[in-house]
Amino acid sequence: MKDMKIICRCQDVTEQEIVDAIRKYNLTSVDEVKRLTRAGMGHCQGKTCRKLVEQILFRENGFLSDEDTWSISRPPVKSIPVKFLAESEEPFDAVVARGRGGQHG
Amino acid sequence: MADFPKTADCVIIGGGIIGASIAYELSKKNIKNIVVVEKNTVGSGSTGRCGGGIRAQWSTPENVKLAMASVKRFRELEEELASVTEYEEGGYLILAHSDTEMNQFRENVLMQKKHGLEVEILTAEETKKIVPLINTEKITGATWCSTDGSINPFLINFAYMKNAMDKGVSLFTRTEVLSIKTGDSKITGVSTTRGEISSPVVVNAAGGYAGFVGSTAGLNLPLTPHRHEILATEQVNRFFRNMIMSFEYNIYFRQVKDGGIVGGQTNPGEKPGTEVNSGIAFLKEMSVKLNHFIPALGNVKILRQWAGLYCMSPDAQPILGEISGLAGYFHACGFSGHGLMLAPRVSVLMANTITDPSFSDPDLERLGIDRFEKGIVAHEKSVV
Repeated sequence: MKDMKIICRCQDVTEQEIVDAIRKYNLTSVDEVKRLTRAGMGHCQGKTCRKLVEQILFRENGFLSDEDTWSISRPPVKSIPVKFLAESEEPFDAVVARGRGGQHG
Repeated sequence: MADFPKTADCVIIGGGIIGASIAYELSKKNIKNIVVVEKNTVGSGSTGRCGGGIRAQWSTPENVKLAMASVKRFRELEEELASVTEYEEGGYLILAHSDTEMNQFRENVLMQKKHGLEVEILTAEETKKIVPLINTEKITGATWCSTDGSINPFLINFAYMKNAMDKGVSLFTRTEVLSIKTGDSKITGVSTTRGEISSPVVVNAAGGYAGFVGSTAGLNLPLTPHRHEILATEQVNRFFRNMIMSFEYNIYFRQVKDGGIVGGQTNPGEKPGTEVNSGIAFLKEMSVKLNHFIPALGNVKILRQWAGLYCMSPDAQPILGEISGLAGYFHACGFSGHGLMLAPRVSVLMANTITDPSFSDPDLERLGIDRFEKGIVAHEKSVV
């Protein structure tokens, strides 16, 4: 069952979904595949699927874009609970006071 | 990829939601040989980095009308573009934290209702009915519009572009515009990293880089890019569908369809610039605020953070249409963080004005760049 081969386990993305997206939108980079399929957006940030996506891109397109080298993993390196940082930071009122009046957006 | 063209009838600079939607609307008109040039890839700039919210609750009539007309278009687009976009009308809850703020919101609501928007004022208790897990300790009340909502920015951006290309539009990614070429007070083409294209029409939809792109045509556009950070948590069971915003506490967040919480703020003291790096200060401040408003989020893990650019205009409203003294040049920039939600309407207006010199629309005219000489129209205040 080739179409059920999971490439990104964190986001439950199959090989077929990635191939479909590449063919439909002429994708050439890992970043584009990530945006369209979410492969690489989950807990492990593409640690296992990234290389697999590159292989699929190479197989589909016959080349690999030079730009792929800068497809980046996002911080934080390891996921952290909201309260872990919340408890180590200043109180709510101090934090929001800093954001007030400084808004340009 | 096709050979790089030497000529075009129209060159659109930028493959984000604005460039893609204008390309699509133009392709439905009697204009051939439309070329989109994109510095990186489709949706790699502001569109692909935004929160995906769609709202019509604004403080200026122009934004309310553009956004309401966009909502009408968003409802048609999944079918028209034959693409899943994850469009959802989950509503926007805008929190008020004092009687003063509540009174400002009442004025906004009166104006919004005058334009036909279905929006209501809620008490803190009613707010809790919409999001039962919210902490109402610092909430006086809220405004609520159930037809506000959200969309997957990548999917709608690619859907517009794909449909434009099916109708003959050429897209060149990884193609950076070096300068807009002019002569005799008119546009003659663009110079790019892949060669020159001669064209009588150029649309500046360059998002955070629109000011720079305009400057190559000798224009001094009142635009400043600012970095805005945003984060996403792991996926948890969906317990609210709407966006939650607070101007006073400088935060917006929503739970996307797959269960992750996505939210951001305006960083205090952020300087203008085009850097899109991420910082720990943002992560800490957001954690404090998320933990306060939804204490149940305390154990939910933050997975990713990233940043994108707001291209701010002086009144936080977009700059649209032509400029006198430079025939063939069109602005579609300065969206100040709201390009995605205004794109469906703006693209229709832009396609009309580009193809028909006699086309006139009151909103388009009020959002022309000459408004800054005539005296700035009301400043949009409802921005995070």
